Amino acid sequence: MSAVVIDNVVKIFNQGRGDEVLALSDVDLTVGDGEFVSLIGPSGCGKSTLLRLIADLIPATTGTVTVAGKPAGQARREQAYGLAFQQAGLFEWRTVRKNVELPLELRGIGRAERRTRAEQMLALVGLADFAGHYPGQLSGGMQQRVAIARALAVQPPLLLMDEPFGALDEMTREHLQSELLSICATTGTSTVFVTHSISEAVFLSDRVVVMSARPGRITASIAVDLPSRDDAGRQSPAFFEKITEVSQALRGVPVP
Amino acid sequence: MRRALAILAGIVTLALLWEGYKAVGDPEGTVLFGVRVLPRADDLSMPHLWTVLQRLGRPELAGGDPVWQVVLRACLFTLGITAAGFLAGTLVGLLLAMAMQRFRIVERGLLPYVILSQTVPLVALAPLVAGWGGTLMPAWATVAVIAAYLAFFPVAVGMLRGLQSPSASGAELMRSYAAGWWRTLVKLRFPAALPYLFPALRLAGAAAVVGAVVGEISTGTRGGIGRLIIEYSREATSDPAKVYTAMLGAALLGLVVAGAVSLLEVPLMRHRRHVEVVTL
Repeated sequence: MSAVVIDNVVKIFNQGRGDEVLALSDVDLTVGDGEFVSLIGPSGCGKSTLLRLIADLIPATTGTVTVAGKPAGQARREQAYGLAFQQAGLFEWRTVRKNVELPLELRGIGRAERRTRAEQMLALVGLADFAGHYPGQLSGGMQQRVAIARALAVQPPLLLMDEPFGALDEMTREHLQSELLSICATTGTSTVFVTHSISEAVFLSDRVVVMSARPGRITASIAVDLPSRDDAGRQSPAFFEKITEVSQALRGVPVP
Repeated sequence: MRRALAILAGIVTLALLWEGYKAVGDPEGTVLFGVRVLPRADDLSMPHLWTVLQRLGRPELAGGDPVWQVVLRACLFTLGITAAGFLAGTLVGLLLAMAMQRFRIVERGLLPYVILSQTVPLVALAPLVAGWGGTLMPAWATVAVIAAYLAFFPVAVGMLRGLQSPSASGAELMRSYAAGWWRTLVKLRFPAALPYLFPALRLAGAAAVVGAVVGEISTGTRGGIGRLIIEYSREATSDPAKVYTAMLGAALLGLVVAGAVSLLEVPLMRHRRHVEVVTL
């Protein structure tokens, strides 16, 4: 079964009004189980809109979105996915652990189990020692790791991320990319990852989906198979080939 | 310790200003082009501070209780009214803010009237509310209504802003957890609104004191500090220090209410950022 199936989706904002915008036109996309898919494209190409459609934060105008075999709305109500944004969006009045516990709390999971699961997730992102801290006491990179732990807390089969590393410096970014890959590998989570960094998309993904703007649509889907996903992988010729391929696709050069 | 010193320094400064002006000011006041720009500095208008303090210790009337006891009793009476008005006003303010946050149309329809409500002169409103005393509610409760009328406003406006303060991504996150309006309110909007709520509560506390004092005067309710100020000011020509004892009482009342709100705030506001005071 596929993690996400998007079938012939059109999204129009402010339909029937003067400021009508065709944000997405005829989008088809399938994300396989355990697959890591990046959405990349110029700003305004609708990649975040597409992510929000999968998350059922906004409804599709026409077409269907299926998550884990269920309609997107039902999948959302069953918390079948975890969500992380560019801004960590932690609740500043909760400790790090309480932040990670939030989705578990809303699922009605008991206190003791919440605590154990939150501590597991914090250990996974390497922040076990900071469970009692408040978000304001952490650096941006650490906050983002807490946000990832929070997204993973319900152990969802699908992770939706909207430029989660966009506001971080290069060093932290590369570090968190490797961490994210190992987490996804351990947990077997499928991931849809929105980014506008070509190297980030190539390094992380099994497949890079290239989009173009006005109207937002998918123009290319490039499979990536790196020899390894580590520092050696970042230096490999395959990595640079794929970067070239993706940037050509972004510029509209037909893929050979 | 430093705070206590700062408070002490503030009191000493005020006392020095008062006595200093009394020492150098014209007893008849300074008049420029027929307008008195500085007040009279004679003993009748500005009694010495020690005269006021001494007056506190002497009986109100010949053979009566000392003035400080009378003032304190009046303060406690007004404090009760203030507390009732503050609680009622806060409750109404919170409910209005929640309704306005929940329904856009309520915000658009109601907010102008909420603001308009504070431009109605209190003295015009007081006789209407005073009419309820004795029939609809006891007389003291009408004063509490007036206090509540002033107190609800900063709470409604500040809380609305606080409830609307979470970012769109916070709301989306709650939606992704399948949390409805109520759980989003409890888990996200309410905690996020606290930094906005407490400055609003402090304003509401001050407004409730003013409402209670003015309400007592304009409804003619007996027993409170507002009434005492009016009574004592009638004796100002023969006993000028007396009215200042009542004013000291009113100031004390304000401090107690402000202190009570701060006590509420301390445990809830650790680890929180503070936002600027918002009234509109």
